[in-house]
Amino acid sequence: MSDPISAVPNSSGRFGEFGGRYVPETLTRALDELAEEYAKARQDPQFQSQLTDLFNTFVGRPSPLYFAERLTEHCGGAEIWLKREDTNHTGAHKINNTLGQALLTLRMGKKRVIAETGAGQHGVATATACARFGLECIVYMGAEDIRRQAPNVFSMKLLGAEVRSVESGSRTLRDAINEAMRDWMSSVETTHYIIGSVVGPHPFPLIVRDFQSIIGQETRQQSLENFGCLPDRVVACVGGGSNAAGMFYPFVDDSDVELLGVEAGGHSDQPGDHASPLSFGEHGILHGSYSYVMQNEDGQTCDVHSISAGLDYPGVGPEHSYWKDTNRVQYTYCQDAEAMDAFDTLTRIEGILPALESSHAIAKAMECARELGPEK
Amino acid sequence: MSAVDTTFETLRSQGRKAFLPFVTAGDPNLNFTGKVLKELISRGASLCELGIPYSDPIADGPVIQASYTRVLDQNQKLADILKAAQTWTTELSAPIVSMVSYSIIHRQGLENYVTSAKAAGIAGAIVPDLLVEESAAFAEICRREDFSLIQLVTPTTPRERALQICETSTGFLYFVSVTGITGERTELPPEVVEQVGWLKARTDLPICIGFGISKPEHVKMLAPVADGLIVGSAIVRKIAEVEEKGEQAVLAEIGALADELITAINS
Ligand SMILES: Cc1ncc(COP(=O)(O)O)c(C=O)c1O
Repeated sequence: MSDPISAVPNSSGRFGEFGGRYVPETLTRALDELAEEYAKARQDPQFQSQLTDLFNTFVGRPSPLYFAERLTEHCGGAEIWLKREDTNHTGAHKINNTLGQALLTLRMGKKRVIAETGAGQHGVATATACARFGLECIVYMGAEDIRRQAPNVFSMKLLGAEVRSVESGSRTLRDAINEAMRDWMSSVETTHYIIGSVVGPHPFPLIVRDFQSIIGQETRQQSLENFGCLPDRVVACVGGGSNAAGMFYPFVDDSDVELLGVEAGGHSDQPGDHASPLSFGEHGILHGSYSYVMQNEDGQTCDVHSISAGLDYPGVGPEHSYWKDTNRVQYTYCQDAEAMDAFDTLTRIEGILPALESSHAIAKAMECARELGPEK
Repeated sequence: MSAVDTTFETLRSQGRKAFLPFVTAGDPNLNFTGKVLKELISRGASLCELGIPYSDPIADGPVIQASYTRVLDQNQKLADILKAAQTWTTELSAPIVSMVSYSIIHRQGLENYVTSAKAAGIAGAIVPDLLVEESAAFAEICRREDFSLIQLVTPTTPRERALQICETSTGFLYFVSVTGITGERTELPPEVVEQVGWLKARTDLPICIGFGISKPEHVKMLAPVADGLIVGSAIVRKIAEVEEKGEQAVLAEIGALADELITAINS
C-alpha cells in the first residue's frame, strides 16, 4: 500500500518533488534550528495546550461553520456552509499561524520578529501576536499594498509594529518577501521570520500548514455535528495557500471529499494579468522552494495581478503543487469581476462582508452549489 | 582541471593572491561590461565574476539589486549574455565564472546551463541559493563537465558543515565575511580572520573572501588568511554612474580602485 497523501513532507521538506530549501547558506542554521524546535514543540503537550488555550480565549475559536441559507436559496443548488475565519480576532485565519510561530520565537529565545504582508492581514496578525508576547515587530509591505490597504497599516502601527515600505520591483507581496528575507540574512541570529503563508524554504510550508490545520479539523467535526457526514466539496482561495492548506489537509485522506482551490484570475488569462501559477505557471524555484511559479523562459519571476493584495503573488506553496500533480485537489481561478460580484451578493443577502480574497472562493462555491444540485 | 584551478595553482606557485572583481552582466549594456572586464584584467584581476541578473536576489544588497533591475528592465536575456561572453572570453587572459541563481539554472535545465555556459567560455558557477544538500545533481554534472561549482560558507555555518562544503566545492571556496547581504561596509567583523584560518588549516581548496570588501584596510586585514578577495558592490556602484560621468571616466575610476586593492592584497 502506498503512503497516504497526508504523509508529507519528508525530512528534507519535500512534498513529492516539490518544496526543499533553496536559500543562501547564511539562513541554513536558523532553518535547521527552527525545524528542530518545531519538532520538539509538536511533541510537547505543554506547547499544544498553550496554543489551544490561545486559540480558545484569544482568537475566539472554534470559528463557526455557518449555514448560508439565503445564499443557498439564491443559488438553488447544494447547501453552502461557510467556515467563518473572519470571526477570528484580527479578522482572518492569519492569527492561527502567527500565534504558533510567536510561541516558537519565544522557545528559541529570540526577541525580534519580522514579517511580510500583502493585504496587511498577516502583518496585523503578526503585530498582534508580537504585542501579546512583548516581541519587537517589523513588517515589510509593498508600497503599492500600503496604498491599497491603508487601514491595516494604521492598525499595525497602533499595535506597536514598524511598517517598512518596499519600493523595489512590483512593490507588492513578492517584493515584501524579498525584503524580509534580506533583513533575515543580517539578523538571523536574533530574529525570527514569521512567514505568512505555506511558502518559503523548509520547514515553513510544514509549520504554517500545521498551525492552519485547525481550520480543517474544526470543519470536519462541525460537518459531522451539523449534517452528519463530511462535505461533498470544500472550496478555498489560494494565494500562497495557507488558508486552503489548513482547510484541505485534514481532508486529503478522505477520498470522497472533493477539494477545490481557487486562484486569482485577475482580469484576463494573459501573462501579467492574473496570479494563477497552478493554472498557468511552470515548475520553478521562488523564495526558497520548488513549486509552481509564474516565470519567463529565463527563470525570471513574472509580474502578476490581482484585485486582492493577499492573492497577488506569482508563487504558491509546494504542497499545493504536490496536490495538483497528484490530482488530489483541483485548482481553478476566479477573475476580479466575478470575485467582486460574489462580494456584493454575500454582503447583501447574508450580511457578511467577505475579504476580497475569500470572495474568490465564494464565487466558485456558488458555482459548485449550482453544479452539484440540491442533494448537498 | 578547470581554468579556475589552473589560475589558483599558478598564483600559489608565485606566492600571490587573487583579486576577484564582480560585474553585473549588461549594466548598462553588454558592450560596456566587456570593456570593464578587459580593464580589470589588464590591471591584474585574476578571475572575474559575472553576475547574471535575477529578479529576486535574496542575498544581494541595494547596489547589486538595482543593477539587476536596470538590466532586466531592458529585457536582456541569458542568451544575450552568453553570446557576448563568447566574444569576450576568447580575448581575456583570466577566467570568468558566473554568479547565478538556481532559479535560472533550473529553468535552463542543469545540463543545458553548464554546456551553454562552457561553450561561451565561462569556467564555473557560484550559485548563492543552492545549498550543499540540494546540490548533488548539479554538482555531478559540473564535475563531469569540468565546470567549477564554487560553494559558499558563511559565519553562521557550523564548522563540521563547513568542512563538508569544502569537500564538494570545486575551484575555490567562497567564504562570506558577514552575516548579511552584499554591499560595502565600513568595518568587517574581525572574527572572520580566525574562521577562515581554521578552515585553511583543514583544506587545500583555495579560499576567497567576499561581501562588504571595498577598502585597502579590509584587504590588509583579510589577505593574510585568504587566497583571494572578492569585490562587488564597490565596482557596481561606479558602473551605475556611467550615464552621468561617461565610460572613460568610469573605466579610469574602476582601474584605479583595482590598482589600489591589488597593491594592498600583495603588500
Ligand atoms: C482573508 C484572506 N484570505 C486569504 C489570503 C491569502 O493567503 P493564503 O492563500 O496564504 O491563505 C489572505 C492574505 O492576506 C487573506 O487576508
